[in-house]
Amino acid sequence: MRTWRLYLRSPAAVLGALLVSVVAAMGLLAPFLYPDDPLGLAGRPLQWPGDNPRFPLGTDPSGRDIAAQIFHGARVSLLIGFAATLIAAAIGIAVGALAGFYGGAGDTALMRVTEAFQTLPNFLLLLLLVAVFGSDLRTITVGIGLVSWPPVARLTRAEFLTLRTREFVQAARLQGLGDAHLILREVLPNALPPVLVYASVVMAVSILLESALSFLQLSDPNVPSWGNLIGLGRNVLRTEWYVSAIPGVAILLTILGVSLVGQGLNDALNPRLAGGR
Amino acid sequence: MRVLSLALRRLAASVPTLLLILAGLFLLLQLAPGDTVDALMAQMGGGDAALAEELRRFYGLDLPVMARLGDYLWRLVRLDLGFSSIYGKPVATVILERLPATLLLMTASLSFAFAAGMALGVLAARRVNRWPDTLISTLGLVFYATPSFWFGLMAIVVFSVHLQWLPAGGFGDVAMGYTGLEAALDIAKHLVLPTLTLGLIFLAIYLRIMRASMLEVLSLDFVRTARAKGLTETRVVARHVLRNAMLPMVTLMGLQAGTMLGGSVVVESVFALPGLGRLAYESVAQRDLNTLLGIVFVSALLVIAVNFVVDLLYARLDPRILSGR
Amino acid sequence: MPADAEGAAPAAALAVEALTVALPPGADRPFALREGSLRLARGEILCVVGESGSGKSVMAMAVMRLLAPGLRVESGRVLLAGADLLALPEEEMRRVRGRRVAMVFQEPMTALNPLMTVGAQLAETWRTHTDLSAAEIRARSLEALREVALPDPEGALRAYPHELSGGQRQRAMIATALALEPEVLICDEPTTALDVTTQAQVLSLIRGLQRRRGTAVLFITHDFGVVAEIADRVAVMHRGELVEEGPVSRVLTAPAHDYTRRLLAAVPPLRAPPSRRPDAAGEAVLEVRGLTKTYSAAGLFRRRRATRALDGVSVTLKRGATLGVVGESGSGKSTLARCVVGLLAPDGGEIRIAGAPLPRARAEAAKLVQMVFQDPYASLNPRRRAGEQVAQGPVAAGAPRVEAMERARGLFELVGLDPAAVSRFPHEFSGGQRQRIGIARALAMRPRVLVADEPVSALDVSVQAQVLELLRGLRARFGLSTLFITHDLRVAAQVCDEVAVMRDGAVVEAGPVAEVFATPRHAYTRALLAAVPGREALGLGEGPSAPAAPPAGAPTAGE
Repeated sequence: MRTWRLYLRSPAAVLGALLVSVVAAMGLLAPFLYPDDPLGLAGRPLQWPGDNPRFPLGTDPSGRDIAAQIFHGARVSLLIGFAATLIAAAIGIAVGALAGFYGGAGDTALMRVTEAFQTLPNFLLLLLLVAVFGSDLRTITVGIGLVSWPPVARLTRAEFLTLRTREFVQAARLQGLGDAHLILREVLPNALPPVLVYASVVMAVSILLESALSFLQLSDPNVPSWGNLIGLGRNVLRTEWYVSAIPGVAILLTILGVSLVGQGLNDALNPRLAGGR
Repeated sequence: MRVLSLALRRLAASVPTLLLILAGLFLLLQLAPGDTVDALMAQMGGGDAALAEELRRFYGLDLPVMARLGDYLWRLVRLDLGFSSIYGKPVATVILERLPATLLLMTASLSFAFAAGMALGVLAARRVNRWPDTLISTLGLVFYATPSFWFGLMAIVVFSVHLQWLPAGGFGDVAMGYTGLEAALDIAKHLVLPTLTLGLIFLAIYLRIMRASMLEVLSLDFVRTARAKGLTETRVVARHVLRNAMLPMVTLMGLQAGTMLGGSVVVESVFALPGLGRLAYESVAQRDLNTLLGIVFVSALLVIAVNFVVDLLYARLDPRILSGR
Repeated sequence: MPADAEGAAPAAALAVEALTVALPPGADRPFALREGSLRLARGEILCVVGESGSGKSVMAMAVMRLLAPGLRVESGRVLLAGADLLALPEEEMRRVRGRRVAMVFQEPMTALNPLMTVGAQLAETWRTHTDLSAAEIRARSLEALREVALPDPEGALRAYPHELSGGQRQRAMIATALALEPEVLICDEPTTALDVTTQAQVLSLIRGLQRRRGTAVLFITHDFGVVAEIADRVAVMHRGELVEEGPVSRVLTAPAHDYTRRLLAAVPPLRAPPSRRPDAAGEAVLEVRGLTKTYSAAGLFRRRRATRALDGVSVTLKRGATLGVVGESGSGKSTLARCVVGLLAPDGGEIRIAGAPLPRARAEAAKLVQMVFQDPYASLNPRRRAGEQVAQGPVAAGAPRVEAMERARGLFELVGLDPAAVSRFPHEFSGGQRQRIGIARALAMRPRVLVADEPVSALDVSVQAQVLELLRGLRARFGLSTLFITHDLRVAAQVCDEVAVMRDGAVVEAGPVAEVFATPRHAYTRALLAAVPGREALGLGEGPSAPAAPPAGAPTAGE
């Protein structure tokens, strides 16, 4: 397809896709490469990377294999990022579409709720959810999705507001087509590209939120997580700084990949803006 | 005057939002398994049911939900945030003690991110698709992808542990007994790394927005008009492009005030700053929901205040706002 | 000073010599402008005419050396009083802009900085090129605004662009351009975005100032009416090439190039063809009685005055006839159209189609009235196939899909498109073709009344003529009853049987088009007719009282 060709023209976008694929492959291969529990004791604690060929990335303060945790962590990060993004996109698109298409009192009410969510610092709200509902993986994923939907709703609403007055939507209305058709067939396909691009931002933020939560040791302690490992490394930061450094690089590259994919999608979906500028 | 009345009307419009937040939060807390008394009892090492009952009556936890919500809202109106059983002080007092550090950190980070983001964005846009642009845009992407807490830790390793230029944490050396200017300098020194850490992601966002916005404004008709009048390129940018290009940035600043407050939780934890964010973390860890709720309330107020300022700023920048476009 | 270099020939204020501007690779043709040569003498107005994409604006921007990124001068010279502008260093060229060559742009909405006062933007010209004091600049600014006949120059200095009307903004632009008495003024479609009466005022302003100061004006336009009003000489452009140049009287009456002839033929005459006599006894298919509509967007944060868009409008459309609704922007004609099709709910009055009020149910209403929209680019969903968009209405009304698609193919053929094109996406069609799809879409519902809202105003004049021809043909074949909204009196004269003239939400005059245009009774109708550019000089229309003379030299081929 045209979009796909345009996407592949940009080296940055290809690099992004590559990074994301590598992380995804790490997550997929983790159970095969490191079949043992990544949170189990593997060897002597605090071995520097390269000291022991068994542990190419060294061991953490509890003697667990860092490489194993990185591979298993990739799985968790991507899974949480993806699931939370889906939740946020579903809520955001539904709220934004209804508010933007119908306007009026319903719009006002929905936007008040959206504003309320945006007025609350999202990380604080996430902390509150964790404090109330506990910190297992599912709660955290749903929680991240719940605090991330407002920008999606605003964006979708803005698109719907401009698109619903477009002449082709009015024409379909005059042809006697129902609201469901107007929303799903006429407006939504045209509103979706910017929302899709924004989904990459939501995904990046979701991964960051999860890693921040686990960095504070407030995430699910039974799941290997990059943020968790960084937090554990704090106690030995002055000497064995690699414990914190390595998982941080993993997070950085993952988010970089996701952002580059988003940017590539943006350029490919708006060919007008790509090219020269 | 019209600017003020517009902003005041905006402010009034955020009252229902605030009420919605508070009602939502309160009801959310009702879903929490266990309450303050449970936490208190656990801390005391257990107790009998009669004592728990008495404590619940003391804290008003035995009333129906709606009555307690009404009671809660009424107390908030009087700025009574309740009592923190963990800290043994009124929540308002605890929060007030922690507020200055957070305000200082936020102001510093926001100023840093805004100024640097704008400068870099302008620079990139004026050299679009040449090496300075490529460099700045790449840096922006990397900064955006860097988790702040990790950047903070690495900065500590480099600047505090190895180079020993800056302190690794805290809000000032109390032991040194500095006063006046010395104390201010000491605090400033302690704030350098936290400011950079918290501001980094916003710097990345602002520079990206500023670059895109500059490029868009540069393609508008009135810029062509200005060039056709024979203005120098510098003057075109300074007088015509900059102010127009700043509008989306200002909007974003308001939208992201909350995100920044959220970010301060992590950054204050990393640098052991006695701020609101760290307090939030502590109260989650200790299940002090009263304090947590107070923090969320104060944060919402802060966000509304920032948006009030942003509205004023925007109305000053864009005359169309006042005449209703 | 360069006069001494010249001999008998008068010095050209501006000369473009064999100018070639390359388009970026991948464009539909290699050059935006190819070997273009022009001479603009002192004190003359030279009009460059052409349709969109002809390269006329590119030439103007090349003279200013402000070409859009991607465009580049390949070869040629631009001589300002004998000196080649293309050879100047950028800093010297900058000093030419605004001081010796000034420019007025098309869009008065966007050509001024929305965040700066008009006064500040006007003052910039002096501040850039002179050492005048602030007080001196202020005095001159006032003088300049007075000269372009802006009411309340003091207030205009302090005003922001959005506080002025389109015409006022354009006057401010002209004042800015003429501030330093430039030798050459380039006007790029300066009146295209304006209403016809405002356009007439601005044109006479430019003409007057140019006469008084002896400025040489390069005037870019697509409108032969404007050419007839203002030009001394004309140059015609077609796909990047200058095809014809000459004095205005000769080019308009005896065009030498075939393309010029076709362009002129496409300009509709302002006089209704005499053959069309509306059947006075015809049965009314659409009756609008006492319609009112007030917009009151009194939001919490924006206070806006309530505007009365429709103020007791009554019109009647007879079966098989075309009723034109003409008026300037803000007259309420589009609001009327939107109320008739049910996109807007009127505040008062009634609309009856085929004797009954428009039913609430969308599917029922769809069979009674359909609409053709103005913007061919916005009126089709870019992400769905053209045929689907035509067929979806009948499908919603219960027709089997296969049958509906078959009908869509038939309709495509009817409106002059390839039936196989039903499976294409809108971006594969040109503007005129899209408008044909829009017509097919409306016809697919077999409506009793067709409402056409400025259906040709976004099209180039030659395409416009074809679409109008199509509409005429369809009416003749199917007896369509059409409510035709337009701002263009020439178009109205061509397609309408009756006409209603609207102003400020009210119908000021209505009747058979031939009568209204020949003997307008209302002063506003007369003003509107008088403002139509090129009414007399073009030889294509006639004054209200002049006898109908066959248009001299107007070609008949291609009609």
